[in-house]
Amino acid sequence: MHEQIAANKRKTVLLIILAVAFTGLIGWLIGYLFFYGGTAGLIIAVGLALALSLGSYFFGDKVVLTSTGAKKVTPEQEPRLHNVVEGLAIAAGVPKPEVYVVPEVAPNAFATGRDPDHSSIAVTQGLLQIMDRVELEGVIGHEMSHILDRDILIGTVVATVVGAAILLSEIFTRTWFWGGGRRSNNSGGGDAGILSLILFAVGIFLLILAPLAGQLIKLSVSRNREYLADAEGVLLTRYPPGLISALQKIADAPHAMRAANNATAHLWLEQPSRVPGKDTSTIERLFSTHPPIQDRIKRLEEM
Amino acid sequence: MSTAGWIVIAVVVVLALWTIWAFNRLVKYRNRAEEGWAQIDVQLRRRYDLIPNLVQTVEGYAAHERETFEEVTAARSRAESAQGVAGQADAENAVSSGLRQLLAVAENYPDLKANANFLALQEELTGTESKIAYARQYYNDQVRLLNTAIQSFPSSVLAKTFHYAPREFFDIEDAVRAPVQVEFEGQ
Repeated sequence: MHEQIAANKRKTVLLIILAVAFTGLIGWLIGYLFFYGGTAGLIIAVGLALALSLGSYFFGDKVVLTSTGAKKVTPEQEPRLHNVVEGLAIAAGVPKPEVYVVPEVAPNAFATGRDPDHSSIAVTQGLLQIMDRVELEGVIGHEMSHILDRDILIGTVVATVVGAAILLSEIFTRTWFWGGGRRSNNSGGGDAGILSLILFAVGIFLLILAPLAGQLIKLSVSRNREYLADAEGVLLTRYPPGLISALQKIADAPHAMRAANNATAHLWLEQPSRVPGKDTSTIERLFSTHPPIQDRIKRLEEM
Repeated sequence: MSTAGWIVIAVVVVLALWTIWAFNRLVKYRNRAEEGWAQIDVQLRRRYDLIPNLVQTVEGYAAHERETFEEVTAARSRAESAQGVAGQADAENAVSSGLRQLLAVAENYPDLKANANFLALQEELTGTESKIAYARQYYNDQVRLLNTAIQSFPSSVLAKTFHYAPREFFDIEDAVRAPVQVEFEGQ
């Protein structure tokens, strides 16, 4: 577990350095190509990337929670959920995380934050409806393990950095297409020509960046950690059948998630984009953020 | 300096580093065991606080079950004044069995089982019982680590020097999850 924590911290630092370096490179290129000197562009871009990284470290959990539509709930509103979360926090010897509910029918859950002192657990409305107490304990035990291992730190930073990259990529590609259309109408030149060239270059960069970002998620969020969190979660609840039965219910649930978002997919208990009731093909397995749910159940049954 | 001198210095440094590490480990386990015990105490107190409310609610529907009420109330006050880890565990087992009886009584009154106040109390009780179980699990895990460190050589030498004594495990019946397990096996 300690190696896991150290590895996650290391990966987070590496990720931030990569993101800052990459953004800095783009800034330098833009400055060099269009503004007769790369230094200003480099400084501005590195500044922006550093601000984004710091922001994702300190406020990433809030960004993730807001983007999934999670609402904070009080112990009066959800007594059972609060009791289960508090119980497992006691079992793990950490402060109680904040408790959120996501208005979704599909049963799922995630944890976010930066360390056990700043953590949140969110579950969907659907999960609360179909899980009994021991199953809920199994699910929360799994999420608590992600908190203990600092999977939440790397997961949240990845979600915010990738989310920002996807957002920027969309803004720039759309502006570029829109700008391109206008340019063909008037013969242009001068400032407008330089501006559309800049947008063109940035757009190309970000078109490359977006799929790279997707790969980054897969590299940083090793699927093995899901097996590990299952095993550690069961170590907390001391009751494997609870999580087994919860995973089976998730596999059998007829609903897909509405908010299946590429930037946060890896954070969830089960991949939100997975089509329910269908077995996963080998190709899907290669490109997914989560191991197939039946494999997870098999491993738990063997414990 | 001679080679022998360097070896002596190296040995002394390694010994000093080990002593610091081993001593800090003892402190860590002891503090965690104490935290664990404090958490058990918090949860047990929460359960004591729930009992009068629960008795009062059930009494409204089943006033003649006086014996059960008196039993659980008596077990509660015994538990509150219990001494030592083992004594506390015995007293808590009596509280648990009293509560089980009280809930069994409630089973016979459909109106009571539908009462919102009773349902809320029941959720609080189940939640508190599972928190007691988890707190006990954490405490016993930390005590196991502490005791192993105290008893195994060479950290036992340090433990003896600084008067670290092994702690007692907190053994109470698992009231919450036992019936669920039966249900699962029956499927």
